[in-house]
Parts: sequence; C-alpha cells; structure tokens
Amino acid sequence: MSAIQTPAARELPPARPRWQVIVIRPETMTLVLLILALFGASLLSPYFLDVGYILRSFTLSAEFAIVALVLTMVIIAGEIDLSPAANMALSACLFAFAQQAGVPMPLAIAIGLFAGLVMGAINGFMVIRLQIPSIIVTIGTLTLYRGLAQVIAGDKSIRVPDWFIGINTVLIAGIPLTVLIFIVMSVILGVVLSMTIFGRQIYQIGTNEVAARHAGIRSQRIKMSLFLLMGLVSAVAGLMTASRLGSVRYDLGLGGELQMVLMAMLGGTYIFGGRGTILGTFLAAWLLVIVSTGMTVANVLPAVQLVVLGVLLIVSIIATNFIYSRTQR
Amino acid sequence: MLKKTLLAGLAIGVAMVTTAYAADPIKIVYIGKNTGNPYFDSITGGFEDACKSLGCEFEFVAPATAEATSQIPFIEAQIQRGVNVIAIAPNSPDALNQVLDTAKEKGILVLTVNGDLVGNEGHRDATILPVDFTKTGPNQVELMGSMIGYKGDIAILSATTEAPDQNTWIAAMNDTLKNDPKYKDMHLVATVYGDDQPEKSTTEMEALLSNYPNLVGVIAPTTVGIAAAAQVVQSRGIAATVHVTGLGLPSEMRDFVKDGTVSAFQLWSPYNEGWLAAHFAVGVIGGTIKNEVGGTFDVPNLGTITIADKNAMNTQAELTTFDAKNIDDFDF
Repeated sequence: MSAIQTPAARELPPARPRWQVIVIRPETMTLVLLILALFGASLLSPYFLDVGYILRSFTLSAEFAIVALVLTMVIIAGEIDLSPAANMALSACLFAFAQQAGVPMPLAIAIGLFAGLVMGAINGFMVIRLQIPSIIVTIGTLTLYRGLAQVIAGDKSIRVPDWFIGINTVLIAGIPLTVLIFIVMSVILGVVLSMTIFGRQIYQIGTNEVAARHAGIRSQRIKMSLFLLMGLVSAVAGLMTASRLGSVRYDLGLGGELQMVLMAMLGGTYIFGGRGTILGTFLAAWLLVIVSTGMTVANVLPAVQLVVLGVLLIVSIIATNFIYSRTQR
Repeated sequence: MLKKTLLAGLAIGVAMVTTAYAADPIKIVYIGKNTGNPYFDSITGGFEDACKSLGCEFEFVAPATAEATSQIPFIEAQIQRGVNVIAIAPNSPDALNQVLDTAKEKGILVLTVNGDLVGNEGHRDATILPVDFTKTGPNQVELMGSMIGYKGDIAILSATTEAPDQNTWIAAMNDTLKNDPKYKDMHLVATVYGDDQPEKSTTEMEALLSNYPNLVGVIAPTTVGIAAAAQVVQSRGIAATVHVTGLGLPSEMRDFVKDGTVSAFQLWSPYNEGWLAAHFAVGVIGGTIKNEVGGTFDVPNLGTITIADKNAMNTQAELTTFDAKNIDDFDF
C-alpha cells in the first residue's frame, strides 16, 4: 500500500524500519482498544464474557456493520454516503408493502433489492454526473428516502411472514447467520480492496482524483460502482433488519448512518479519503458492540455510555490523524 | 479463543449456580421508555417500596432515546443478567416481539407496565395499566371541552409517533370528537409529536400557535408535552385564550396550576403501577397468584385486583383530575 502512495518525490526520507510500518497503524490502535474493551467489560460485569451473548449482541448491529464495510470503500475513494440507513428503511418498506399486497415473496425481495440499487444509482448520478458534493447529495437523499418510506408505510408497521423472521437466530457452527455474513463480506471486500487492481484504484482516486484520472483510471465508473454496491448492500441490510425485527416501520435503522461512519472512523479510515482498511472497520464494529454491550449489561447509565463512545471516537480520530501525519506522508 | 470460551463457560456455570438457589431474592428489572423522563421515577418508586417490603431486588434501566428498537439491547442484557422478571414500558407495539419471546423462553416473566403491546399481547405474560386506557381519550376530550365551552379549534401534542399508548388515546379522542354530538363544535386541527423531548415539544407547540391562530386548546397526553406546552403559554401570557390540558405530573405542573396557566389536568398514580407490578410478579413467581384471566388477588393499599381480558390489570378505575383545589395533596 505504502509503495503506491509514496510519490516520486525529489528527496525521499529514509525508509522507516519494517516493524514501524507494521505496528504503527490505526488498525493496531483499534485492536488494542478492542482488547482493552474486552478486559474492561469483563471487569465491569460478570455476565459479559459469554461468547454466545456477545455474538447475539453483535446481531443487533450486524446490518450496520455490513454496510459500514462498503462505506469504508466509499470514504477511501474520497466520497461519503449518509443515506444508507434511510435506504435500508425504504427498501424494507417497499419489500414489506409488496409482500403484504400479495406479491410473491421472491419477487417482493427482488423489488426491495432493486429499489436499493436504484437509490444507490440516484446518489451516484448526482455526485458523478451533476458534480454535487456527496455529503450534500446524501444528506438530501437521507431525508428523501426516509420520507418516502414514511409515505409508503405510514405510521403503521407491516408484518413479514413467519418463515422470513429470525435470520439472526439461524446458527451456523454456533455463529448467527448475520454475523457470518459480516465476516464473509469482510474477507471478500478486504481482498478486493487490498489485493486487486480495482482496490488500488480506489485508493488512488481518494488520494488524488485528478492524478488518478490522468493515469488512466476511470474514476467515474469506479465511483458509480461503489455507490451502486452501497445501495444494494443497504437494501440487503434493510431486509436483514426486517427479518430480525419481524416487522417493518419507516423508522427502521433510524440514525444508523452515524453508527456506520463511527465504525469506519474508529477503524482508522481517513475522512478525506485515500486511507483506511476493511480490517480496521471490521475491528471497529466489534469494538463498538463490545463497548456498548459491556456497559449495557453492567447497567451503566445511557448518558455515561454516550460520553464513553464520544471520548472513544475523539481519541481514535486524533490518533488516526497523528499516525497518518507522522508516518505515511 | 479457548481461554475466552473457558471463561465464558465458567461465567455461565456461576450464573446457573446462583439461579439454582431458591432462596435468592427475585430479581425484577423495569425498562423505561427513555432516561430523563421524571414520570418513570414515580413508577420506580412503587417498585422500590414494594421490593423493600417483599424482599425482591429491583433495578431500573432505560435507553437514551425512545425509538422503536432502542430497548432491544437492554432486554438482551437483562436476559443475560438472569433476571426473573422483565417489566417494560414498550416503545413499539411489535419491534420487541422477537426478543421478548426469547425472554419468555428463558422462563422470565414478561410484564408490560404503563403501556402495552397493542395487537401483540401474546408476546408478554400480563400487562399493568393505571386505568382502563379506552376511557382515557374520552376523559381528556371531556376535560378539554369543559375548559373551552365545547367550542373551537383544538390540537394534540403527543410524544413519539409510534408510542402505542399515545396512539390508542389519540384514536379514541378522534373517535369521541367525531361520534359524540356533544363535541360537534370542537375541531381537531392538528396532531403533532414532540418525541417526549422538552425542546422538540416546545418547538412543536410554538409551531401550533403560529399555524393555527384560532387555536383555543391543546391536549398533551404526555407529561413532557404538557409541561412544555404550559411553559410556552406561560411565557407568551396567553393563558386566557389558549387552554392547555392533558396528562401531567402534579410535581411538574404545580406552578402552572397555581398561576392559572393550566386550570386542570389529569393523571393516575404511576407509583401504584410499580407497586402493583412488583406484588403481582412476586406472587406469580412464588405461586400465590395465578396469572389467569378472571383471577383476583389482594394488594395492600389497592384492594382486590382482577385480572381482566388479555391478562390486563388496572390500578384505578377512573383518571384523577388535578386542579388548584387538590394539587397540594399529591407529591409525585
């Protein structure tokens, strides 16, 4: 990674020792925090250290975590998408509405997924064709998609069929299916991002888009595919949430975009693009779940929980910036 | 990983040993809608006092916000803690179904207190409601009507859009206004939602006043909402033209009643809900009370309680109306 990012400078600084390259990375900090959090939570409550419970708790955030993986790639490419939680709600509402209206389930699921794809395409179109900053576009569509979900579902909740309920309770080798999906997605996206040409091009676009374009990288096409992937994965996450809750409301996943950004930031993704890893977001998702689960099972007041999460975020942002400014420029 | 599993196994073992001791006190937890809501202090007080006299262990927890799914991690955590009774004021009539089922499968007694899973009653064991909630809407409309001479534009300032109890009452209010000829000159012009947050409720109240200049009354069937609405009316000095009523806490509303901002409002005793819930839970687990429709049992200070249809219990028959004459008699 650093081989690509080192520009052909006039004077190269002396190469850093190998151990520094490996150890001083934001992901290392996330991992250290994760281990500390595990210890802290175990000390805080005797009920915490139960693998089954931790996995069950992870299922409550697994949908957000899955989207956060793709969001990491979008942020590395120098863009942002704040609409995925609203996308989850709208795709889930469309799916639930369709199946309630008598559409066969496979078709209803397809409708939900297609809707997610369309929402991703709308974001991508406005960012890439109309050249509007993605933060503005997606704040707009965040409101729009959520509003449409409310128009479709109203204030009522729509039930889903019994057989569709409970994807989070399906265990494969003792691991809930949604957690397993998250792990598999992490491996796949991690390989794509770090080992393929496509992945390296994403880093280059995020580091310097103009230069990337001059180097022959089709940045628009890559960004569009990221927004489409974001839309599709959000829809999948929406359907997974519907299956976990057993019903769909317009407020499904409300506020989830912040959790997703939090996961990416905690994992060391650089908000201005060009840096970050799937491994970091993977670790950060676990960190977030363990910190909040540990405090909840110890009956820590929510206000204290918010303070702890806030401090955690600020510490990680400062650390990430420090590490990048010192070691990778 | 192996070490973690071992530790986890140890933790489960310890948990099982502790629950196996029958002499252990019954552990009750009450999960409120959200923190920072003084209404729940009163219910909690009832639980605490009852547990003092009955010898149970009680804890109150609540999420930071009252959204539909925010209580799920708290329910999971209490299942993990091995409590015997989960009492909850649900934030959603159906988003909690799956996790409450898990709790019931683990043998936990699940009670809804001060709000029910309307339409999904099968996912809890019993409900404790202060009054028959079907009468709350009509009672509130009647009180509003008596304040404005049964004439003019009124509005409702509610909590969150998904709160089941609020929606039950609002539906009943709409129904009463539409079908009872006594209220034919009262027009409901808007229903707005302050999410049980003081600032949002204040903003919504201000918006009501500017959008509907002919407004003569606001019903806020939530303690946060009525306090915010009264505050707006008080600071604008328009108590003579805009009448505020609803469901409020005497402790929060005392000053507004004394200075004439609010002439009357209603509520029940939230304290008694906690008191009844704890007595019921301890009785059911101890085997002295059978959780069957039609069953009766005695509770100190409340008299004989009947388990009504859908395993519902009420602490009192009618809403209590508070005004300048009686407000000093209540301290919750």
